[in-house]
Amino acid sequence: MRISRRILAGLATASLAVTATSCGGGGTSGSFDDTVTVGILHSLSGTMAISESTLVDTEKMAIEEINAAGGVKVGGKSYKIEYIVEDGASDWPTFAEKSKKLIDQDGVPVVFGGWTSASRKAMLPVYESKDAFLYYPIQYEAQECSNNIFYTGATPNQQSEPATDFMYKRSPAAGGDFFLVGSDYVFPRTSNTITKAQVKQLGGKVVGEDYLPLGNTEVAPIISKIKKALPEGGIIINTLNGDQNVAFFKQIQDAGITPSKGYYVMNYSIAEEEISTIGPEFLEGHYGAWNYMMSIDTPASKKFAKSFKKRWGADRVVADPQESAYNMVYLWKQAVEDAGTFDDNAVREALVGQKFDAPQGPVEVMPNHHLSQTVRIGEINAEGGFTILEETGVVLPQAWNQKHPSSKGFACDWTDPKKGEKYRL
Amino acid sequence: MELLFDSLFNGVAIGSVLLVAALGLAIVFGLMGVINLAHGELMMLGAYTTYVTQLIFKLPILKPFYNSYIIVSIFLAFIVSGVVGILLEKTIIRKLYGSPLETLLATWGVSLILQQFVRSVPLAYGTGLVISLIIGLFLPTTFPQKIKESINFKYFKFSSWIFAALSGVLTGGLISSTVSKLSRASARNVDVTAPSWMRGQVEILGTAFPKTRLMIIIITLISVIAITLFLNQSAWGMRIRAVTQNRQMSDCLGISTEKVDIITFGIGSGLAGVAGVAVSLLGSVGPNVGGNYIVGCFMVVVLGGVGNLLGTVFASFGIGIMTDLIGAGRLLSIWPDMPLPLSNTINFFATTSMARVMIFALIVIFLQFKPTGLFPQKGRMVEN
Repeated sequence: MRISRRILAGLATASLAVTATSCGGGGTSGSFDDTVTVGILHSLSGTMAISESTLVDTEKMAIEEINAAGGVKVGGKSYKIEYIVEDGASDWPTFAEKSKKLIDQDGVPVVFGGWTSASRKAMLPVYESKDAFLYYPIQYEAQECSNNIFYTGATPNQQSEPATDFMYKRSPAAGGDFFLVGSDYVFPRTSNTITKAQVKQLGGKVVGEDYLPLGNTEVAPIISKIKKALPEGGIIINTLNGDQNVAFFKQIQDAGITPSKGYYVMNYSIAEEEISTIGPEFLEGHYGAWNYMMSIDTPASKKFAKSFKKRWGADRVVADPQESAYNMVYLWKQAVEDAGTFDDNAVREALVGQKFDAPQGPVEVMPNHHLSQTVRIGEINAEGGFTILEETGVVLPQAWNQKHPSSKGFACDWTDPKKGEKYRL
Repeated sequence: MELLFDSLFNGVAIGSVLLVAALGLAIVFGLMGVINLAHGELMMLGAYTTYVTQLIFKLPILKPFYNSYIIVSIFLAFIVSGVVGILLEKTIIRKLYGSPLETLLATWGVSLILQQFVRSVPLAYGTGLVISLIIGLFLPTTFPQKIKESINFKYFKFSSWIFAALSGVLTGGLISSTVSKLSRASARNVDVTAPSWMRGQVEILGTAFPKTRLMIIIITLISVIAITLFLNQSAWGMRIRAVTQNRQMSDCLGISTEKVDIITFGIGSGLAGVAGVAVSLLGSVGPNVGGNYIVGCFMVVVLGGVGNLLGTVFASFGIGIMTDLIGAGRLLSIWPDMPLPLSNTINFFATTSMARVMIFALIVIFLQFKPTGLFPQKGRMVEN
């Protein structure tokens, strides 16, 4: 009885809501001259859904904010942003397929999307062949520079390099030996190649390296290798992915690999969201490096966190990937307004040099389609956040890493037709 | 010496996780010949049972006993996975005996259903559903013989299912209203935190061992001993062995093979649940947790010799010790000045991913020479 009453009540509210929106829709469209539809393409199902859905939430919030502030103003007309959300389903070919659909069928001027490097690599040929534009928000291994992608996440020199420098020079384990642990795929392997080159330059020593196949949670052999290679403690650089971190931190703590015994782990894939899943009791005293941390004490950062909580629930957190996603929506809006058109080529030209007062501080779009950003090193605290220890100034992005042997001496510049994707410095 | 000890312990630790995971399968696949691809998901149910038990023990009434929740959850996980296994046997697998390919497909389907179930149903109501199943399946068997034989027994059975459904809904509602974390469906991985007495290390003979690993070894040992005793000493164990050896003859001699099948499958599934508790202590608990182990389980059972528990024990410890020897590059530390090409080869395989490749390769080569595994089945069954 109670249930049926509930259903009735639900139906009533739903029908009311329909009437309300149809009136409201008419009302709001009055204040805009037109609408523009953009594409959002992240995994809403499958293993990546947990991470990627937070980006969808953030992008929706940014779009709503822009609309509330009057929309996008192009050529004297104001456009309301509408969006089509597509599900990449944690399956890389699906990302390519849905990209085609968004570009050809829906005719969107821009797609915000992707998380894993594999999904980006799958989408890249689609955007290049159709000369469309993808905005990609995740910190990644770089070694790529497409004219049709705008990368708002950190490149290795904006995350791992300052972090390695900090660990070797100023952490409690300064001067110690390094051990590198990662999941077995492209990001950890590329990132560790760079770290190894950097440690060598600094005069330190990498005493071991191991990769865990994705899905495997048996870390006992890795632990015994760490204990053998670093008997008196040292620096561990961790690029494990997702749930493997839980197994890793649970088991190293049981094995006595803890900050109190001189082992310090620097993490490149653990943000506020992951800390709350793994449990701060396992992570306290270890480190993380990001461009944005929720504990940044500036009005812009606080406002970002506050509006996100207000929109999606008080128990939600914001982290670096979400901040990147937020920035890219605003940067797109600014570029479109400057270009005075939604046309891709004009927007691409207008995009370079755009500045935005992001939650992390000022960012600027560089000629290589990456962002100049601030890097922060934080210590994980018992409350599940970061205590920020140091902050670099603005660091310019290197699409081609200067420490990786395969890309040393190369750079990317899309503003100069003679330079392009990869030119010798 | 210390190195050997360390390596042996690590090998046993890795092996015991494999063993506890494969033990149930050794019974279901080894003794009954059922290829159960949902075995990993039965483990996953066990892991989720641990999580639910942990949260319930955080309630004010049970708080004083919080430290013992892990022991309780071992029994609960056995019951939960066992009951789901029995349901699986009664509804799906029974119809498919003798057709391995269909069983394989059907159980794979079940594994997908179970994964999606924990993703999209609030755990509180999942618990309620399991409680309904337990009551519905077992209440009718407790009725006195007189009622069981009466013509109206089906009404009794029906009403006991209604009672079961009601109590399931009630417990589901009760749990969801008291433990807010269980009241919402979530695809997020959850976390089991071992009670404080199980965290950290313990010193044995000057070497420190993680307590959770020791706990898993103990759970494994107890499971192996219990199941061996059950199979060799109890009347039902004898019947199970009889049916394994010759189904028709046992049937003729008055053993209810149907009942034997249910019990065997139930026990095999229940052991998967116990494995789930062990696994939840090592990593996070999520819908895919069991899938990561299923290949390893089959590998162990096949390597040990189908139908032989002892083989399973040897195979899992063998694989465990090999994993540690290869993956941690132990040979290098035993013999530090070996010739360069050899040490390079060993170094190449001394990562977790390469060690796995190496072990699979070794098993494939081994099975070329001994296709029936370490301890092949002898006697009449071979001829079938």
